[in-house]
Amino acid sequence: MTTTATRSVPEASEPTPPDGPRKPPERKRIRPRDFKPSDTALVGITVLSAVCAVWIIFDQLTLLSGVFGFIVVTAVVFLVLYYVLNRQLFGRRVAADRATGALVTMGVMCMIAPLVLLVGYLFVKGLHLLSWHLLTSTQNKVLESCPAGQTCVQPGVFHAIVGTAEQVGFAVLIGVPLGILTAIFLNEIGGRFAQPVRVVVTAMSGLPAIVAGIFIYSIVVIHFGFSGFAGGLALAVLLLPTVTRGTEEVLKIVPNDLREASSALGAPQWRTVWSVVLPTARSGILTAVLLGIAVAIGETAPLLFTVFGSKVTNWNLFNGPQASLPLLIYTSVKSSQSSDVALGYTAALVLFLMVFTVFILARILGSPWLGRTVRSRSNQRMANAAARGVGGGPVN
Amino acid sequence: MAAWCSPTGKTDGHTPVTYSTADLLQRPGGDPTPRLVVTQRTSGDSAFRGISMAAGIFVFVILALIGIFLAIQAWPAFHYMGLRFFTTPEWVPQPQHGHPAEIGIAVAAVGTLIIALIALVIAVPVSISSALFISEYAPRTLFGVIPFKSLLTSVVDLMAAVPSIIYGLWGFLVLEPHMVGISRWISDHLSFIPIFKVAPGTSVFTGSSFIAGVLVAIMVLPIVTSICRELFSLTPLAEREAALALGASRARVIRDVVFPFSKGGMVGAIMLGLGRALGEAIAVSIIISLSFVHNFRILSSGANSVAALIANLFGSGGKLGLSGLLAAGLVLFIFTLGVNTVASVIVSRTRVRPS
Repeated sequence: MTTTATRSVPEASEPTPPDGPRKPPERKRIRPRDFKPSDTALVGITVLSAVCAVWIIFDQLTLLSGVFGFIVVTAVVFLVLYYVLNRQLFGRRVAADRATGALVTMGVMCMIAPLVLLVGYLFVKGLHLLSWHLLTSTQNKVLESCPAGQTCVQPGVFHAIVGTAEQVGFAVLIGVPLGILTAIFLNEIGGRFAQPVRVVVTAMSGLPAIVAGIFIYSIVVIHFGFSGFAGGLALAVLLLPTVTRGTEEVLKIVPNDLREASSALGAPQWRTVWSVVLPTARSGILTAVLLGIAVAIGETAPLLFTVFGSKVTNWNLFNGPQASLPLLIYTSVKSSQSSDVALGYTAALVLFLMVFTVFILARILGSPWLGRTVRSRSNQRMANAAARGVGGGPVN
Repeated sequence: MAAWCSPTGKTDGHTPVTYSTADLLQRPGGDPTPRLVVTQRTSGDSAFRGISMAAGIFVFVILALIGIFLAIQAWPAFHYMGLRFFTTPEWVPQPQHGHPAEIGIAVAAVGTLIIALIALVIAVPVSISSALFISEYAPRTLFGVIPFKSLLTSVVDLMAAVPSIIYGLWGFLVLEPHMVGISRWISDHLSFIPIFKVAPGTSVFTGSSFIAGVLVAIMVLPIVTSICRELFSLTPLAEREAALALGASRARVIRDVVFPFSKGGMVGAIMLGLGRALGEAIAVSIIISLSFVHNFRILSSGANSVAALIANLFGSGGKLGLSGLLAAGLVLFIFTLGVNTVASVIVSRTRVRPS
């Protein structure tokens, strides 16, 4: 996309007469990409006039209300004004280009806005309850309604964190080796079965989380009852395709020369994979695994019918219902008590911070600066490949 | 050259002997067939290949098991209702007041499609323009230090990683109260469009398909955006530069080069988004108020979706209810599987095109 070519809008220039050199006609260069301070001022003025115009229409004439509607109408008015102004000043081509630019910029704003609002809201509503006490206590004491006039014991989310950690840990224990082995099968071994398996993995990555939940319900929970183990299995089903696709993309870009060099030295294939391919792809695989974990931490639907939820700490993964952070939030939101909803906010904040930490970790491990300082330069490519594989990740 | 590698076995040691490839491939006996390359695998290798292949096949088995076990558990419901399972709107798994038990997913299936369509109608334009911004318009760095482009890409990925329960919580407590005003406005001013009509005197706008659709749109956005962005960045550089050299502006490059090249992939990306929108359970189940009457008035309260139905009604309704929910899950499973497989085939076809 980067190009050094000088672009100018071709205009009808009269052909140079053959006799004698003549000064070529002065061509006015129009580069829509040149954005001068005056253009910034133009944007500012247009925004201002759009806001004013909409305010008059919206507030004074039609008595409409609502911030959202105001913003939408303003955006449309701005776009029209901006196009007309640019057309008057610079012509049709520049106007079309700039209007498109403004449109896609609005698109990206529309996309980022929910994330910003969501995170801001979580922090505003959840931060004041976030404390050491919250992280270390459970909902156990809150089971009995406290008598009036007494300060109630603040509920905590410790039990849910334990549950989530155990379930996700178990899912990683099953899903990650299986996923990496499958990716190795797809990329290093191949053969007749590779293509169907690849199709199946891709199809699985679109598996609705709730289907994974009822599947584990129908094969495990019906016979053995609710347990964290069942939840871990359901999460593993969702984790597996993420890890497999991410790892496969990474293995694909491991240079073939390395494999050939290893084979030429007489290494058997397993040795080549173990000592050459996997270490080369380490950071990329790690990114894939971490992104998979980030998704698995936040899954709610599969846990609904497998771990069931609990208000006390249950350390035993294999016996009895366990709590889990997403499930705790779900029940809190569905509850009508305001104290429950407040706990839900804080639990959501904790959950978001967990996901965010894992996500950032995944990014850092594959980032170019770490690549330069710690490992090889291929890290960034590896991380990109892993993210590409995870791109259409598991579905809720 | 040693004597043993001469084709005839005879050499005087002074005249240089030239060999053709055919000579070298020939076996000593003059047999022209090339020599066979035999790979001798060590036992370690055989074990390694066996284990990896077992893992690959195990993935296959899991998917098959999901289908088989759901089908087994769903059988009582299918057996009881027959094909009417797909046409019955009610969900009454236990006989009530002398009426026999009736379960069906007619409303849920239609409701799922309605919510997914609303989500896509909102998400697709926003996603495509965001992807265009990131791949075509965004400067690589902002003020020379902030890696703007990769930052935006990371933000999109982060949005995809935010748990659906958090979207659900936010959608229920923040989005819905704000959306009610918009719903009312649309129903007041745009009611000449049939789908925006509400029953006269409607005052409740919460729990509608529209609000659920908006929330699902927000969740679908990052998926469609990240795939589209990647597709756009795969547009061959030569074509781009050719267009630029002919004096095209960026808008023209997008229209005449980027879009034609990624048309197929964009369809695939939208279908992957559809797959996600169809399967979304938690956020939808928090937002909607479950109704079992066909409701095509998307702004008024009352909606249904297969995934939300499962999430909401699980554990109620006895044996038939459970079996029915698993049957609904099976239908959802098969449908999303189909959509996703077709979509990934389309996307991967676009991806491998030589650039």
